[in-house]
Amino acid sequence: MNYKKWWLLALGFCLIVATISPLASSSPDGLEKVAEDKGFIEVAQGSPFEIIADYVFPGIENEAFATIFAGWIGVLLMFGIAYGIAWLVQSRKKKAAA
Amino acid sequence: MHIPDGFLSTATVATTYVISAGGIGNAVRLANKNLGEKHIPMMGILAAFIFAAQMLNFPVVGGTSGHFLGAALVAILLGPWAAVLIMAVVLTGQSFIFQDGGILALGANIFNMGIVGGFSAYYIYKGLSVVLGDSNRSKLISCFAASWASVLLASTACAIELAVSGTSPLSVVLPAMAGVHAIIGVGEGLITVAVVSLVMATRSDLLKLQRI
Repeated sequence: MNYKKWWLLALGFCLIVATISPLASSSPDGLEKVAEDKGFIEVAQGSPFEIIADYVFPGIENEAFATIFAGWIGVLLMFGIAYGIAWLVQSRKKKAAA
Repeated sequence: MHIPDGFLSTATVATTYVISAGGIGNAVRLANKNLGEKHIPMMGILAAFIFAAQMLNFPVVGGTSGHFLGAALVAILLGPWAAVLIMAVVLTGQSFIFQDGGILALGANIFNMGIVGGFSAYYIYKGLSVVLGDSNRSKLISCFAASWASVLLASTACAIELAVSGTSPLSVVLPAMAGVHAIIGVGEGLITVAVVSLVMATRSDLLKLQRI
């Protein structure tokens, strides 16, 4: 399989994983659970601002879709940022070598 | 395992920020030296996959859930410094955009999940590969063990930071964190093995990229 096709398929796979995210367990994660059980959860502070807080896109009534939409945005954003940083770092090397 | 703000003391916040910033700086320097064309989409895919997979909390015992970390997967495919870089990208995005993990705690989260997770997985994987050999089967066994251990060690680092910050005594928080993450780590191992098998089956040449 050519590489571009491979990574485009892989990106599609990531979007599918994000699409099933409403099925995720809503139980507290390992650290949260320990913090609850050992009595220090209350010292946690919220963020001074909220953008897509807790992976729920604001303003979408259906919570499952709000989560899916947040997931898609996150997947594309993470791909773009990591790709961009890698591209920048790699192209600067080429320039230095030339 | 994302630490929220409020759990860590100022000294712990400052120390972990300095270490993580230094780690990211060194990761960028090494990436600049060793990154090839093929690495670029792979870095994007790994960041995207880790973000998506981290949303999928799976249930473990006693009303607790766990989620994939991903540092081991990156460390095995691209090397420990690539893991630091990619975990820093994902954790920074999660903290600033999705309000998952505190902004002050970001240095500690990058240290635990990126540096501790990535380096422990990389060296355990490398060590086991020497012992077990180079067949696909032994590679996957090494993947599982390295991924499991990376979660356990990242949670241990987290427990030490909580104890040093005076949030919870080490004798309480360390066994609790290590205990639950020893179980969550099994999920990490299974997911890493599944993804590496998928890469093996579709583009095995991508398992031989230059490690960073």
